Amino acid sequence: MGDLLVKDKDIVVPGEELAIGMDYLPAGGVYRLNDKIYASQVGLVSISGRLIKLIPLSGRYIPKKGDLVIGKVVDTGFSGWRIDIDWAYEANLSMKDATSEFIERGSDLTQYYDYGDIISVQIIHVSGSKIIDLTMKGPGLRKLKGGKIIEVNPTKVPRIIGKQGSMIQMIKEKTNCKIIVGQNGKVWISGLDPESELKATQCIYKIEAESHLDGLTDRIKDFLEGKNV
Amino acid sequence: MYSKRFDNRKLDETREIEAKVGIIKRADGSAYFRIGDTKVIAAVYGPRELYPVFLQNPEKGLLRCVYDMTSFSVTDRKRPGPNRRSIEISLVTEKSLLPALDLSQFPNTVIDIFIEVIQADAGTRCAGICAAAMALADAGIPMKDLVAAISVGKVGDKIVLDLNKDEEDYEEGSTDMPVAIIGNTEEITLLQLDGDMNKEEILEALRLAKKGCSEIHKIQKKALKEKYMSVKENE
Repeated sequence: MGDLLVKDKDIVVPGEELAIGMDYLPAGGVYRLNDKIYASQVGLVSISGRLIKLIPLSGRYIPKKGDLVIGKVVDTGFSGWRIDIDWAYEANLSMKDATSEFIERGSDLTQYYDYGDIISVQIIHVSGSKIIDLTMKGPGLRKLKGGKIIEVNPTKVPRIIGKQGSMIQMIKEKTNCKIIVGQNGKVWISGLDPESELKATQCIYKIEAESHLDGLTDRIKDFLEGKNV
Repeated sequence: MYSKRFDNRKLDETREIEAKVGIIKRADGSAYFRIGDTKVIAAVYGPRELYPVFLQNPEKGLLRCVYDMTSFSVTDRKRPGPNRRSIEISLVTEKSLLPALDLSQFPNTVIDIFIEVIQADAGTRCAGICAAAMALADAGIPMKDLVAAISVGKVGDKIVLDLNKDEEDYEEGSTDMPVAIIGNTEEITLLQLDGDMNKEEILEALRLAKKGCSEIHKIQKKALKEKYMSVKENE
């Protein structure tokens, strides 16, 4: 009993049979029907022990608790801000989560974050109907001044960051840019000069385009060092 | 007496099928589907915000379909904009795709599908469903399986697969029946009938439709894989 019909890292499409029998367990992106496991999205198969999971290759950003995202302030209210984080609805940043400073009752909130400001922010709560609460308390969460923002496919973000941040660390060191990668596919880049910013931008687009391929780290390293570009 | 098909096909043979995924850059998912001279494109946008608020469902997302024919898609110019026919087809398309989708991850939001017929030669609603299913998969919407659709029918006294316009207009009587099927569960999600057929004829037609749909499924899956594999082959 228990037949696996695909290999690790295979590209599968919705409705494709992945395994037969009850020996394997469905995780994200797959489902069980009778005694078979099928894919429900376009993605890469990831098998760990008995678990079969799919790493999606397409789709919009779906907010998760704990994600660091880059957002834009789109509204200020009496008790907080509304932030656009690339989900269908704006997220809430309440006054108590926004800053450790004491904010006096009735004070003007735009002196902290104003309309149009770009901030790096973390998701602290996602409710059942996807109402999102944000926090600015944490390492690296702040208003982003200067630099530029590029957009990538949110499904490629893990590859841009790399294992324990190895990929992004390499780009930061080689280009001398400050980079923040949001899980929602927004990347903030700020360098000392336009050339280094351009280099980092090209590098991130290259990762996005070639993320399925083997030996990505080496190729990006060569690219950054100016070899056979 | 209809003994031989106008375009020399076998009775259970479809027209030539071509499918492409990811043709519209700004859409979240898109696809092109051609069966014979019928050409259709579909674009998916979403999940995105849904207004008015009373349409929002906190349990799951809403699916909204728009089917439209371009004014140059038929021999006589079609007046642009929705009409009685296109409103009906939008509705049946939505209902034929919905059973395959799992929208529980997208509460209060809407997923919009726009289907545009760029050339019509019978079977446009079926081609539209095929294109929309691929576009939904391209947009990363979780689904049981792709939905394929094809028309079957009776031309003269023969049961045939995939009628073209000439067969639909056959002067000695023609019946057509569009059928949509979800791949692995073989659920029928669309069944309409224009004309008359008896029980045996309908069963025979359904058998042909299943055969046609399974062929289309293979083509749809291949087209989807091609888009995501192509990156691999560039190196």
